[in-house]
Amino acid sequence: MTFDLQMIPQTFDMLHAGLAASSVLLLLIAVSRKSTVVEKVIEKPVEKIVEVEKPVEKIVEVEKVVEVEKVIEKIVEVESKLATASTDSAMQLLSIMQQEARLIDFLKEDLTSFSDDEVGAAARVIHTGGQKVLNDYVTLEHIRTEDEETRITVAEGFNPQEIRLTGNVTGQAPFNGTLVHKGWKASSMNLPKLAENYDASVIAPAEVEL
Amino acid sequence: MENVQTTTEQQAPKFSVGIDLGTTHCVLSYVDTTNEEARVEVLPIQQLTAPGTVETRSQLGSFLYQPHEHEMNPSSRVLPWSSEPTALVGAIARNLGSKTPIRLIASAKSWLCHGGVNRRDAFLPAGSPEEVEKVSPLRATELYLEHLKNAWDHANPSYPLTEQDVTITVPASFDPAARDLTAEAARNIGLAHLTLLEEPQAALYNWIDNSNDKWRDEVSVGDIVLVVDIGGGTTDLSLVEVTEEDGNLTLNRIAVGEHILLGGDNMDLALAYRLKMKLAQDGKELQPWQVQAMTHACRDAKEALLNDADLQAVPIVVPSRGSKLLGATLKTELTQQEVQQTLVDGFFPKVAVTEHPVQRNRGALTQMGLPYAQDAGITRHIAAFLTKQANALSGNDASPAQEYNPFAGMPGMGDAPTQSADFIKPTAILFNGGVLKSTLLANRLEETINEWLIDADSEMAQRLSGVDLDLAVASGASYYGSVRRGHGVRIRGGIASSYYVGIESAMPAIPGMAPPMEALCVAPFGMEEGSSVDVPSQEFGLIIGQPVNFQFFGSTTRRDDLAGTHLDHWAPEELEELPEIQVTLPVSEGRREGEVVPVTLASRVTELGTLYLEAIAADNGQKWHVEFDVREDASSSETTDQA
Repeated sequence: MTFDLQMIPQTFDMLHAGLAASSVLLLLIAVSRKSTVVEKVIEKPVEKIVEVEKPVEKIVEVEKVVEVEKVIEKIVEVESKLATASTDSAMQLLSIMQQEARLIDFLKEDLTSFSDDEVGAAARVIHTGGQKVLNDYVTLEHIRTEDEETRITVAEGFNPQEIRLTGNVTGQAPFNGTLVHKGWKASSMNLPKLAENYDASVIAPAEVEL
Repeated sequence: MENVQTTTEQQAPKFSVGIDLGTTHCVLSYVDTTNEEARVEVLPIQQLTAPGTVETRSQLGSFLYQPHEHEMNPSSRVLPWSSEPTALVGAIARNLGSKTPIRLIASAKSWLCHGGVNRRDAFLPAGSPEEVEKVSPLRATELYLEHLKNAWDHANPSYPLTEQDVTITVPASFDPAARDLTAEAARNIGLAHLTLLEEPQAALYNWIDNSNDKWRDEVSVGDIVLVVDIGGGTTDLSLVEVTEEDGNLTLNRIAVGEHILLGGDNMDLALAYRLKMKLAQDGKELQPWQVQAMTHACRDAKEALLNDADLQAVPIVVPSRGSKLLGATLKTELTQQEVQQTLVDGFFPKVAVTEHPVQRNRGALTQMGLPYAQDAGITRHIAAFLTKQANALSGNDASPAQEYNPFAGMPGMGDAPTQSADFIKPTAILFNGGVLKSTLLANRLEETINEWLIDADSEMAQRLSGVDLDLAVASGASYYGSVRRGHGVRIRGGIASSYYVGIESAMPAIPGMAPPMEALCVAPFGMEEGSSVDVPSQEFGLIIGQPVNFQFFGSTTRRDDLAGTHLDHWAPEELEELPEIQVTLPVSEGRREGEVVPVTLASRVTELGTLYLEAIAADNGQKWHVEFDVREDASSSETTDQA
């Protein structure tokens, strides 16, 4: 098959027919979805204001928008699959790691001029503090409990997010292979609750001793 | 008594709630009384841990922080049940207070039982600048209870705490005034169905509850259980005798120890100072904040080292305060040997039972601080307790304390004509408190006590196990609630002390000599809840309209004095002077100011577990309440003025 982007389709072939059909279908779906929403929107104004014209106007407007939506909808679909977590809890975790383990202080420092001894002392701060944070807020467990570097069997219907197959990936489940890493899974995470207007972006306050 | 029962039946509290109001931590536990199968559970307590951050912990730190107006946004002072909490208590108070100690109130409970101050006076945090808002030990206690109450009500909206059966634990060594104040704090936040329970008893109840009725197989008649409770700030001791009544085993609390301000916090501090000295030898001087951080680090390291004897050393790092972590971080290590020397040998020295704490006379100035134990040797304190209670057994009626000893009161003659190694021999030991979670310390303590027993040709004491050392007191307290409804065995004991008022002897004045004091027993040892006695024989003339103060004494060793017993001599250790008590007779019932009314005294132990003293007019039976906690005591207000 060759691609030639300069070429203009000469005939209305099966492929174009399909494309046309699907775009009409999408349009219909979009219109039908939107119109239900519109109906809901209309209901309230009708109850309160007894003017009929205005809701009608709105319908017209929505119909105009629909054409644009045909384009938008594709973008929306991509976005909905990649959910972005709220940054607040991530910043809260950073703040806890900074408070207990001085993580940000350590990572932001230039280590080149320091001896391994000094880095070791700082690493202990991170380790003891970080461990405390993990113990306090996260319940971690291994995904596989077998010893690493032993042969294990991955049964059919495994969760590919939990178990990643590497190397000579061929054939069908059950798979036999060497367990390289046991994996980690957080079975629960309980971060402290925050006040409503709490600014989570303050990772560590500046401290002034009087 | 009948009234109490009918009211409980009407409202039928669903839960029996136990509150361990500790010196450093509070725990609330509960049990559903309507469900026979229900087990005691501990309430997770939501609390602020940092401004704007709320976490759930099983314990509420007994700390109160008085923030500066610009220290926190009002929006970051929130709790699940309130956006304007009355006070900052719990983890946040401890965290903020570690850097700003002048605004931190700690050990309010120890102040509550400190007779040298007026406990209703707002003077805490002691010694801080005038600008810091002060509260009284009573108010601080109230605030801790209020937080617990709100946490409970938030978790159980349909069963408010004020309608549940609540048991609050107090140290066995609390004097009547401190018990009264604890009850008052609880009443002030609206707790209606309230009982007080001694902490070591609560631990024993928890052991009974956990043993699932097997406890009867583990102890037998004649056994004496020594309960040792070493918490964060205090050490509490009690002796419980196993007796028999109608063929059933019963428990009888026969003695309690003194209030010893010595606990786990002292140990962390001791380790931090040891490391400070070690670093000083290397030429490194520590700042106060570094010592504080080190105390923190030592707490964790201590636990690791005490639980694993093979572990040789744990590194201790004190990070710099600034954002430059490297180069400024201080690193040292805590070795197994140091822990052994400082904690095991320092706090639990292997001593003979005749070795007792060294008591130095304190200067008058120390009155303003808490009377911390001067001798850190907990084993010495236990030895002193066991020796003092040598005659506590109910069988030993011919106790030498009753013997007339003309030299008893004179210095140098001693009070004990009995042989020096005489002490009460426990046959079982129950440990409680976070410190004894460490197997090394618990074993050392057990060994030491057993050595005393072997030296005295007695059998070794058996260790009773099966309690969670951090939560046992609260759990036992909620279990006690169901015991009071008739399920399970009840520990009997009544009041652990006999009480006396001091009266001046009627004798001609001798120049240069204060008139000798006599003591009149107003409440005998072991008076049980709900009982009352009249004090016969003595009439006092009280003046209407004027407060009258009495000297007040307690004794944990004179167990055979009846109400009305007159003592004209006693050994200095026998009677301990307590804060003065006071009665004010208002002008009423046709009496005029300045009139002298002859009164007799009567005492009763309330259902709550507090002692109640009354003055009764001899002519018409009018009654006045005698206050334990003197409100306007001249000496105590002076103390607080200076503080």
